[in-house]
Amino acid sequence: MSAKVSRPVDEALAREFGLTAEEYGNVLSIMGRTPTFTELGIFSVMWSEHCSYKSSRAFLKTLPTKAPWVIHGPGENAGVVDIGQGLAAIFKMESHNHPSFIEPYQGAATGVGGILRDVFTMGARPVANLNALRFGDPNNPQTRRIVDGVVRGVGGYGNCVGVPTVGGEINFHPAYDGNPLVNAMTVGVARQDRIFLSAAAGVGNPVIYVGSKTGRDGIHGATMSSSEFDEDALAKRPTVQVGDPFVEKLLIEACLELMATDAIVAIQDMGAAGLTSSSVEMAGKGGVGIDLDLDHVPQRERGMTAYEMMLSESQERMLIVLRPDRTEQARAIFDKWELDFAVIGHLTDTGNIVIRHKGEVEADIPLAPLADQAPVYHRPTAPALKPQPMEQIIDPVGVEQALIRLIGCPDLASRAWVYNQYDSTVGGQTVRRPGAADAAIVKVEDTQIGLALTTDCTPRYCRANAKLGGAQAVAEAWRNITATGARPLAVTDNLNFGSPEKPEVMGQFVDAIAGMGEACRALDFPVVSGNVSLYNETRAPDGTSQSILPTPAIGGLGVLEDVRTAVGLEMPDECDIMLLGETKGQLGQSIWLREILGAQDGEPPELDLAAERRNGDFVRGLIQNGTVIACHDVADGGVLVAVAEMVMAGQAGCVLGAPQSGMRPEAFWFGEDQSRYVVAVRDGQALTTLAAQAGVPCRKLGRSGGQGLTLPSGSTISKARLLAVHSEFFPRLMDR
Amino acid sequence: MKAAIVVFPGTNRERDMAIALRGVTGHAPAMVWHREDALPAGTDLVVLPGGFSYGDYLRCGAMAAHAPVMAAIREFAAKGGHVLGVCNGFQILTEAQLLPGALLRNAALRFLSQDCFLRVERNDTPFTRHWAKGDVFRTPMAHGDGNYIASADTIRMLEDTNRVAFRYVAEDGRMDEGDPQINPNGSMHAIAGVFSENLRVCGMMPHPEDLVDPLMGGEDGKPLFTGLVEALVG
Repeated sequence: MSAKVSRPVDEALAREFGLTAEEYGNVLSIMGRTPTFTELGIFSVMWSEHCSYKSSRAFLKTLPTKAPWVIHGPGENAGVVDIGQGLAAIFKMESHNHPSFIEPYQGAATGVGGILRDVFTMGARPVANLNALRFGDPNNPQTRRIVDGVVRGVGGYGNCVGVPTVGGEINFHPAYDGNPLVNAMTVGVARQDRIFLSAAAGVGNPVIYVGSKTGRDGIHGATMSSSEFDEDALAKRPTVQVGDPFVEKLLIEACLELMATDAIVAIQDMGAAGLTSSSVEMAGKGGVGIDLDLDHVPQRERGMTAYEMMLSESQERMLIVLRPDRTEQARAIFDKWELDFAVIGHLTDTGNIVIRHKGEVEADIPLAPLADQAPVYHRPTAPALKPQPMEQIIDPVGVEQALIRLIGCPDLASRAWVYNQYDSTVGGQTVRRPGAADAAIVKVEDTQIGLALTTDCTPRYCRANAKLGGAQAVAEAWRNITATGARPLAVTDNLNFGSPEKPEVMGQFVDAIAGMGEACRALDFPVVSGNVSLYNETRAPDGTSQSILPTPAIGGLGVLEDVRTAVGLEMPDECDIMLLGETKGQLGQSIWLREILGAQDGEPPELDLAAERRNGDFVRGLIQNGTVIACHDVADGGVLVAVAEMVMAGQAGCVLGAPQSGMRPEAFWFGEDQSRYVVAVRDGQALTTLAAQAGVPCRKLGRSGGQGLTLPSGSTISKARLLAVHSEFFPRLMDR
Repeated sequence: MKAAIVVFPGTNRERDMAIALRGVTGHAPAMVWHREDALPAGTDLVVLPGGFSYGDYLRCGAMAAHAPVMAAIREFAAKGGHVLGVCNGFQILTEAQLLPGALLRNAALRFLSQDCFLRVERNDTPFTRHWAKGDVFRTPMAHGDGNYIASADTIRMLEDTNRVAFRYVAEDGRMDEGDPQINPNGSMHAIAGVFSENLRVCGMMPHPEDLVDPLMGGEDGKPLFTGLVEALVG
């Protein structure tokens, strides 16, 4: 690397670092001279798409971020909301897509590690992890390698740190063949009066480095995540970080122990762009300067340059500004946990970041222009291609056969093979484990408060209509939380798209945000944190590149004042099984259309946000007052799949009546009309009356009882058969 | 009953265990850091909880077996003290040779987090007295290395002297060592837990401490703790 350091700094080098000619021109004018090699490195990572959000920032600002219960919205390490009793939930979702293709295990593992740090750096004990995963075609030979590595990585890290992995989602589609998505979400709980922020303050205060030593791993990882893959993607393995969940566990405990004192002024984890972004952001937010002497940075390798240390993305590291007289108190805590602790600098009043190494000043950059003059792009947009209109539908297989095929298909098959590799019970607070309810339910220790947690997105809807898809992702998260009886509070978003330099991708991005914003406003469900991942493309040897499906993944959080009121989706015995919400039989972009007719046509189902809210508020009230005993939202696969899932999860069967008259059976049973719930109640007639008063469409589907699922034809599919078909896919794909 | 939970760096189920113990004793157990060289005075029960002690980058439990606190635990056990090791705690007890055998990677080479059914093999011990012999109870398991193995002589000795505490079985109590649905990690003789010779040290892989509250899905694990309290009262 020393050979590189001796390279002249010029536009060619800037280009290699991912800066455009214009951006390099701005660097020259800010510095008033040619930057040093290290300075150019700092500019390039801070102005990378990953760190600067230069293509997305202008649009993210349009999202609603406020509500009376929001304590901190976007701009901090994670979002913070009031959950009552003086407590706050702190949560965020973040992508680790590019590394997970190159090295699935470490890519996924460090994705979990990174998002955990974003949450505990604010003072929260992490209480739950979720993950939203998208993989390529199951028949692509790469897919198996990637699924295996990602699942092992998520589990390997989360299981070791002792945070339960309680939920998530998985889709398969060929558009993710060369670019899987790994979106990891962490939820933590803190006292509202003990929330820690990242803005540095107090000239002269010491700057402390804690955690693992710095090595050469992950250098320019943020830049790698800001460009498309080419055929040499796998040669980028050295830019992937390596995680150590054991050190993370110690870091959690040590930081929480330190946070119980009043020693900390500010704290931030070293995530993307490591020491550079943490020091620049902490000092920048606080309006102070920062002097770092890299001689004091704990180093794992010999002969590291300033450039390498500043850009390393070695994991499990934090930067802390302490009160001046608390250094020894803090050191004792980190000594106890056998973690490195080093004073590596102090705050100044210069407004500059100054990096010293071996007696030389390696960088001296004014912080204000580094942040304020970061590029912002309004890239050109183009309307996306409209999906083919749906052709006249002729059902070739019938309802029973279609159900069997749907519950066994890759997007609907049981995920037990996956979540059974994740420790979902550690902590002893998991009230509803994966698969038991529409949202995972975790109790807040020593209280009766419950958190309802989910991740949602339907990428095939987003491709067909990005605005509607963005709104639907938010609505589905809200619906899943509602279906447990919880009150939805806020979301974190993880916006995964292709290259913003493609106008049609930029168009998808802008539309999706518009849709999300509309839904968030209509449902009082603001965005409090998030992450953008662009350049999710796979380049073919012929030079063309394919974008992923637009995937604005939504992580939703809701609260139950009394966790004992939560319901799951297990079919209870001797209940009326009712459908709430309007059914039009919309099959456009449905799973049925894709799995049975092989078509991906038509508009996705309409979304009426007023009806969404009305139906959801109605259902939530009935859960909280005990009328609804079990509830499952209607999503992929429609009503019949929802009922089948309830039967598979519970002890009782269900006998279904005739479908809505005047509608084709497949449209009624498999249409994916939105804003609907299947509920189990003791008295369907009473529910029908209540629903009519509330203006919520209501219809009796059948009655629970017996064994298996009895279709209107009179044919009964046993629960054992349903389960066998449902649980076949993953073991067949992975254990062969 | 005065319980002490030992915390190693990387232990992560100490809080679950503390909640379970507090639920039956009404008071919080002592937490003992791995560097301590003595147990709290009057300790009746030492618990080694689950987790990844020292990262388990060597064989699971191998580092913890040599931690400073282990000398005090050996002495406590030698004097007839009661010790419960769960999951990583069981691994540590085998590495410390306070219990026979070893725990290998699960047969399918994957971490397994799911409910399993355990059969109580004898109920004349402080750990099992609140069950009947042959009772079957449900409990979560969450481990990558729970595949119990021992030499043929050791297995025979354990069987001959009735030192198998729990076995993995089907919900109806049927044992089938070769069926991964029933014996999920491939343990020899479907062994999920064993006793020391004096029946005062017990190690087991699954987590009864995570099923002691109806809210979390049941109280199937609770008899372990109520039994210990009754046996070790005072």
